[in-house]
Amino acid sequence: MNEMVLVCVMAAVTFGLRALPFLIFRGRTPKYISYLGEVLPPAIIGMLVIYCLKDIQISSTPFGLPELMAAVCVAGLQAWKRNSLVSILGGTIVYMLLIQAVF
Amino acid sequence: MHNLNKTIRCAFVKSLPVMAGYIVLGTGFGILLRSAGYGVALAFSMSILIYAGSMQYVGVGLLAGGASVLTTVLTTIMVNARHLFYSISMVDRYRNTGKYKPYLVFALTDETYSLLCDGDVPEACDAARYWFLVSLFNQCYWVTGSIVGSLLGAALPFSVAGIEFSMTALFVASFSEQWLTHKDHFPAVTGLVSTLFCRIVFGAEHFLIPAMLLITFVLTVFRNKNEVHDE
Repeated sequence: MNEMVLVCVMAAVTFGLRALPFLIFRGRTPKYISYLGEVLPPAIIGMLVIYCLKDIQISSTPFGLPELMAAVCVAGLQAWKRNSLVSILGGTIVYMLLIQAVF
Repeated sequence: MHNLNKTIRCAFVKSLPVMAGYIVLGTGFGILLRSAGYGVALAFSMSILIYAGSMQYVGVGLLAGGASVLTTVLTTIMVNARHLFYSISMVDRYRNTGKYKPYLVFALTDETYSLLCDGDVPEACDAARYWFLVSLFNQCYWVTGSIVGSLLGAALPFSVAGIEFSMTALFVASFSEQWLTHKDHFPAVTGLVSTLFCRIVFGAEHFLIPAMLLITFVLTVFRNKNEVHDE
């Protein structure tokens, strides 16, 4: 039963964080927030890319090479085909081959 | 006229890049929860009610360690503070979404955010319903994965080592796409460089909140330069 209490606490706090900005800016959106709404998305996606790669050790083998090579594949495929599904599938397959068979 | 079938189809196609990643990461969560001694009912409840990937992984530790309510509140705030950031940038886009808004806000995960933050809506689709369906499909994948993982335990028949990279790939693909569509690369570079800087300075565990503050600070300081640049 105690587990369910903690689960509900986690759920409530998570939803609270997601809802807070919507509650604060319920009325007209201040210009500054509209500006952030325009410029934050590319910045946040950049942040998430680094976040995903945060545990790479560049000073020991394999020096983060599988991640970097696969990420370059994803970016290259995206620039070429402009299809996220193709880029993600291609990059993930390359990464799996690299860590299972090469490194 | 809005076309419901087309909206469903477009939303499903849009959600596909998240499918593999969510099923895999959800399965990982289910396995972890199972190994901590909890059953499928808890896996299902957590993925329905909390629906936040990294928080659920951390949550397994909180449950298993018998954490207090206060610790749980504080940990959740630390792990999920970045969601404030996503919501701030969606305030305008989700403004007139009516009855869909509560669920859209609830379901704004990293991955759903990365699919919907461009604000694009296919032709002949109702925007709010389209965003709602993309969010819902994503949660379905996540819940399915959690249940599969919880039932399967650690008994996977083949090596899927490395498949978790699909989530990284999703963000790299979103980043590249935004790079290709935006003329002004200043925000993207700010996000990348600020986070990298904070990762080096603050270490792998504590860099996210400093990174968010630094990104907001830099984008605020260069606000005028940006607006002039856009015109």
